Amino acid sequence: MTSLQQMNPRVRGIRASPYDTLQSLAAHITDQISQAAQKAFKDVVDVSSGDPHKAGVKPISFVRQVLAVCLYPELLHDENLPLDVKLRAQKLLEACDGGSVGSYSASSGLLQVQHSVAEFISRRDAGVPSFFQNIFISSGSQRALMVIMKLLVSGEGKTQTGVLTPLPCPRTVPMLLDEAGARLVPYQLREDRGWAVDLEELQLAVETARRSCHPRALYISNPGNPTGHLQDRNSIEEVIKFAAAEGLFLLVNEVYQDSVYGQSSEFCSYKKVLFEMARKFSETVELASFHSLSNGIMGECGLRAGYMELVNMDPAVMRFAETMLCTDISTPVIGQLALELMVSPPKPGDASYDTYTQEVLYRQVTLAQNAQRAWEFLNGLPGMSCQPAMGGIYVYPRLNIPPGMVTQAKIFRMEADVLYCQMLLEEEGVCVGAGCENGQEDGNYHLRLCVLVPPATLEEVLAHLSSFHLGLLDRYSHPDRGVKDIDLGETSTRF
Amino acid sequence: MSLLRDISPKVRNIRQSELEALRRQACQMKQGVKNLFKDVIDVSWGDPHSAGIKPLSFVRQVLASCFYPQLTNSEKLPVDVRQRAQRLLGACDGGSVGSYTPTGGIAQIQQSISKFISQRDGGVPSFPENIFITSGAQRSLVLFFKMLVNSEGSPKTGVLMPMPSYSIVTMALESLGAAIVPCYLNEEQGWELQVCELHRALQSAKGVCKPIVLYVINPGNPSGYVQSRKSMREVIQFAAEEKLVLMADEVYQDTVFGEGTEFVSYKRVLAEMGPPLSETVELASFHSASKGFMGECGLRGGYVELVNLDPTVMKYVYTLFSTDTCAPVTGQIALDLMVNPPQPGDPSYAVFNKETQSIRAILVHNAKRLLEVLNSLPGFNCQPVNGGLFAFPRLHLPPGALQKAKEVGMPPDIFYCNRLLEEAGLCVSPGCAHGQREGTHYIRICIMTSPDTMEEVLRRLTTFHVKFMNDFS
Repeated sequence: MTSLQQMNPRVRGIRASPYDTLQSLAAHITDQISQAAQKAFKDVVDVSSGDPHKAGVKPISFVRQVLAVCLYPELLHDENLPLDVKLRAQKLLEACDGGSVGSYSASSGLLQVQHSVAEFISRRDAGVPSFFQNIFISSGSQRALMVIMKLLVSGEGKTQTGVLTPLPCPRTVPMLLDEAGARLVPYQLREDRGWAVDLEELQLAVETARRSCHPRALYISNPGNPTGHLQDRNSIEEVIKFAAAEGLFLLVNEVYQDSVYGQSSEFCSYKKVLFEMARKFSETVELASFHSLSNGIMGECGLRAGYMELVNMDPAVMRFAETMLCTDISTPVIGQLALELMVSPPKPGDASYDTYTQEVLYRQVTLAQNAQRAWEFLNGLPGMSCQPAMGGIYVYPRLNIPPGMVTQAKIFRMEADVLYCQMLLEEEGVCVGAGCENGQEDGNYHLRLCVLVPPATLEEVLAHLSSFHLGLLDRYSHPDRGVKDIDLGETSTRF
Repeated sequence: MSLLRDISPKVRNIRQSELEALRRQACQMKQGVKNLFKDVIDVSWGDPHSAGIKPLSFVRQVLASCFYPQLTNSEKLPVDVRQRAQRLLGACDGGSVGSYTPTGGIAQIQQSISKFISQRDGGVPSFPENIFITSGAQRSLVLFFKMLVNSEGSPKTGVLMPMPSYSIVTMALESLGAAIVPCYLNEEQGWELQVCELHRALQSAKGVCKPIVLYVINPGNPSGYVQSRKSMREVIQFAAEEKLVLMADEVYQDTVFGEGTEFVSYKRVLAEMGPPLSETVELASFHSASKGFMGECGLRGGYVELVNLDPTVMKYVYTLFSTDTCAPVTGQIALDLMVNPPQPGDPSYAVFNKETQSIRAILVHNAKRLLEVLNSLPGFNCQPVNGGLFAFPRLHLPPGALQKAKEVGMPPDIFYCNRLLEEAGLCVSPGCAHGQREGTHYIRICIMTSPDTMEEVLRRLTTFHVKFMNDFS
């Protein structure tokens, strides 16, 4: 029988995630409830990750109507469906082989979708040209990231490819880098400045990295996941210049570009900023930008589709990207069509325009209000402090965990914030994310809450969290009780 | 990375698939210039809908209702469609197909699948927790390989692979750094997998690589061969003796139509062999919604059932599969509909039965026609097609053609396929993409097309072939 020893060591090395542990616990508790076990709550509320539909946010009507017609074209005769829905479905079906969403598509995606995405990008960036040949559709943005990683990663030990990665970063990134065989080189984001990118931290990171590996890429998410930070033009330029100076490939996660709500905040793409810089940058800095259906407005995580745009990459190298996509997960055609609808929504005058606009607006306003509410509320709790979020779908409060609890966590051999989350789940039925999943310095604990949920759900979560948190402070009689004083001391990094 | 030399060497060494190159050309031709023919026919790939086969109504009605639940209130749709959609939506988080699902798949669907497997195998138990739903069977194949293949190991991990095979699997293994150990199927015996050949192959691997996996595909691709119980018992015995993990690709199990042939699963045969084999041979069995009567390649639904794997290894299987987050919900739903179709008495049964029987009849008809036509042409010879979606006729090319191919620097079957595409607008897969013995040449043709398309395929192929053979003799 195959033993652990015979398994691929790369697979054995994939780090276990506290996220999975908490998810298993949540599933277990849900099971217990369904078997009429006595709990203080009637169901588990999970806001640890971005899954809007699961949390109760409704899909966009136009999107679902068009996709339904594409799946069952008899609906083209249905009088209850708006005309623009039917026209769009017809157009999309023509783009599919045999007029069916059940046919295979080319590895980098349906041509029609590639074109629509390129047009969208160009519109978004006020005319900066985008070419469909540089657009690669993938089954979720992570797969596209994996393709680039495979192109970049080589070596072992001192020659191992290093990727500068922000602390905190999206929780799936460390595992992805593990799987790709890359070394994660952390650079600290500045919590005291709303999680801003700091040039000094970048410099420190790359210099440290050069001593033990071969840094080749810099990963960044904007709007930030999980921080909610939105970079301004200056900050983006700084990062681009840094990447240029250090010969780093830019990996830019822009999945939450549709979810920006901070006062006087506006999303600006890395590509746009790059193209407005001097030619020595705009013609040489290599950049991959990622987008996805699994975002704030669409929330269609289960459809598994995303794309990347490759900028300034040698066409010969891009052909390898296509080869890699051949053997990677094929993107479901329905997902590709949903991408087309995402980048090419109803226009003024279209039958669905009003409904569409209302639905999107509702999501954006709810998100903004939720983020504001969560930030205010959590900041008001003793032992918690939260930077304001300007975009994205999370709030990421810092947590002062009582020393007694930190000790207890050490005895249980777990991170203190994971212990906190576990207890919160068991006592209040609320599942939030533990900051260690996103990477943080030792002793600096955080929680991750998705705020793209119905407002009533958010209130419920905040109420339970508050009740648990205050009770906890009581239990451990922490001196913080009644005093708001967060210490941002120097501590060692976790990874 | 603007210099090619900066790309990871492992990637640079991946060869482009010959088939991909041809298909890209076919695609360009479809969009671009129309020559002597009004359209390009592509039968190089197993893509039924693109070749004119219609999707099953029940499947598409349920899917549409899952996407747009207002339809579940519509009286225009049959009751069983609406009920199934409601049940499936109830199993989705938040009642939406847009939510993530657990790693192994929606629990209710894992259960449907395990129930189907158990019924199919005459009651052999199947457990939902051993079933992982993925984006097409391809993905679970690749992930399972990944678990076993040590990319940096020396000697390389060896995978015994029947030849001819199909290019996606061989390319995936190459990119994982595995060593493929070819086991040549016996063409004269209808592409039978013979144990003596397995022994020879294993022997040849000694000192070259470390074989741990035996991959079989039944019904075959591209071969169209359906294994007998006896043959399967021998394969299992061999795997047990040589301590190989058995990977059984059974995605074509629903399309078995040769007279007197019948599909039986490796799991069932293993169970029938009793202990100790039935409790120790490690088996991974794969199925998909892309094949069979559904042909829903674009929905991306497949699964693997794992049998007799060590529990600690299973934990890592879970971790590895979880890095994909989850399979597309469209594919998961398609699988539920595949394993749990309308039954006699259900409102949708009559239409469903008519549609599937019609597709089955088309396959039987196409296989027969193809064999008739090709076997009557000089320079062609085709083994019977008893199952699967492809025919794999052998080409006996005249010396002039071999010479010309050499001159232009192409393998002869690619030369043939290129000419066929350019002159007749017909795209078939060249044998070298499937691994063939030195000096032999083949083409692979998908037979899952509308009968009219098949007639046109045969007409174009005949005309082209006769001229080609004349030109080069």
